[in-house]
Amino acid sequence: MGKLGIRLAPSALADGRATLEAHQVTFSFNGTPVLNQVDLCLEADRMIGVIGPNGAGKSTLVRLLSRLLTPAQGRIRLNGHSLASWRPADLARVLAVVPQSPELPPAFTAWELVLMGRTPYMGWMGQESEQDRAIARQAMEETSTYHLANRLISQLSGGEQQRVVVARALTQEPRVLLLDEPTAHLDINHQVETLSLITRLVKERNLAALAIFHDLNLAAQYCGELVLLDQGQIAAQGTPHDVLTPPVLQRVYGIEVAVGVHPQNGLPVVFPICGSLSN
Amino acid sequence: MSQSDERAGAATEAALPTRSLERETVDRRPRGRGLLLLIGLATLAAIALLGVGWGSFAMPPATIAAMFWRRIAGETATASWPAAWETVVFDIRLPRIILAALVGGALSQAGSVYQGLFRNPLADPYLIGVSSGAGLGATIAIAFGLPMRWGGLGAVSLLAFLGALGATVLVYALSRSAGRASVTTLLLAGVALGAFLSSATTFLMFHARDAFHAMHIVGWLMGSLALASWAKVRVLAPVLVVGGALLWAYAHRLNVLQLDDEQAQQLGVPVERTRVVLIVITSLVTATAVAVSGVIGFVGLIVPHAVRLIWGPDHRFLLPMSGIVGAAFMILADGAARSLLGSAELPVGVVTAFCGAPFFLYLLRHKKRGVY
Repeated sequence: MGKLGIRLAPSALADGRATLEAHQVTFSFNGTPVLNQVDLCLEADRMIGVIGPNGAGKSTLVRLLSRLLTPAQGRIRLNGHSLASWRPADLARVLAVVPQSPELPPAFTAWELVLMGRTPYMGWMGQESEQDRAIARQAMEETSTYHLANRLISQLSGGEQQRVVVARALTQEPRVLLLDEPTAHLDINHQVETLSLITRLVKERNLAALAIFHDLNLAAQYCGELVLLDQGQIAAQGTPHDVLTPPVLQRVYGIEVAVGVHPQNGLPVVFPICGSLSN
Repeated sequence: MSQSDERAGAATEAALPTRSLERETVDRRPRGRGLLLLIGLATLAAIALLGVGWGSFAMPPATIAAMFWRRIAGETATASWPAAWETVVFDIRLPRIILAALVGGALSQAGSVYQGLFRNPLADPYLIGVSSGAGLGATIAIAFGLPMRWGGLGAVSLLAFLGALGATVLVYALSRSAGRASVTTLLLAGVALGAFLSSATTFLMFHARDAFHAMHIVGWLMGSLALASWAKVRVLAPVLVVGGALLWAYAHRLNVLQLDDEQAQQLGVPVERTRVVLIVITSLVTATAVAVSGVIGFVGLIVPHAVRLIWGPDHRFLLPMSGIVGAAFMILADGAARSLLGSAELPVGVVTAFCGAPFFLYLLRHKKRGVY
């Protein structure tokens, strides 16, 4: 890929760390506001967990941050440059997304799918190099999907597909990783495995990460910082202890909850109080 | 078997899975594809050589090979065949065979691209208006007996080409809103405009001056290579070769587009721009092929399917292989069209549809891999 822009190539950025900042980002869909004046900063070595009820704007936030949508107002900057100014391939080398239940072509093999993560690095004839294969292999080994390499996508379970998509995102060698419910289809063992892997990579590779969670307790276990979205606005932000409190959750989710502590690490654990729909 | 042998056997067995996995995956290169393409090309050349022998009178392949050799080596010794045979081979049959190969290859590649681009197994090169636009253009030229000529192409080819491009541009413009054309709108607009233009074609057909003109129109709409000439080859070849090479360069991006648009975008493929570029190249290639041969159906639909079922969905292989298989298929179909009725000739589109449709139904019933 020729580098004709004046901007520095992403690989030349200082020590491979990246920051993604959203400033007063507002977005509406057909006149209905979806996100309203959201401020957020993703920095290296950290994973922010985004929680909130259905329709709070979580997926929209990921779409905006990955440039699938353009904010109506506000700015998003990646490494200080407006997100809009990045060339597609350059952006894909820095920022990878694990979408929620993505549509995958059934007749491709898991290996072929993971290698697609190298697309932003391939020349214009789209031939992969020895290095591309080595990186894809490593990503599959790290997500324990390497034994599935020769299987067709249609032969994989939902959980296996999810891990293969995580492997594809790692194959992009990103600096910023956005995950839309990365554990949605996984059993508890794979949930823990995947999230432990992601938190380890965040540390090892100095990634700036953001993950959407439906499961408040998983979010509390794996994210040092939580952002609670409600009707397009940030309702609470801070450590799990700050955000996961009964009054806040009651206000946002409309149910009564009790919050305890994890017996081993002291992090908050949320218990819904069953049959107590307030209002 | 001694005890030590048994142990050795067990050890090999235990070592096998990892080793075979290692070998398979360390260079998990799509091996042998280049070789397969070469074999394909050689087979295509052989079929072409045989094809030259077919027709209203048959010539043995050995004689044809000798004729080619005489031309290439520039031998001056008296030939063992009548001089008229050389005229038939080099001025009539050879351009026709080459034209058939070019048209078949172009339509098959175009079909592969559209099936991939629209993620739709029913897509063919005529999907977004090319055939109906070309049909109307050619019909106007025939019905009104227009006399224009340009670079070896007559009014029929020229108007067909313009009609094909015009219809595609119109479909694209109609389905565009807010700077994007959604695939569904594109397909629906293609169907609607296609129906409209076809009705205009039928109207003109009923107003043709006489039965001869009406037959001419019907024959053109079925597709035929009877009017092949070196002039047509010279116009067609560069467009199809350059177009095919460009499409091949987009093959990996077509693979990525098999994911949804959002994922493709997130992998760094500018989806909308890629789609427009591919539609433009494919339309040009298809329009050029149709301009010289009429609307030859089914090739662009079934050849990509057959290749995909046998060798898988990777467009980096699918596109060139479809081109080769499509070229061979068209030579065979045109050979049948020339020889089946003895002195008279069938439109080649009749042969492709007659063989293609049942084959397609067979594939539908025996689909092994979940290709779509």
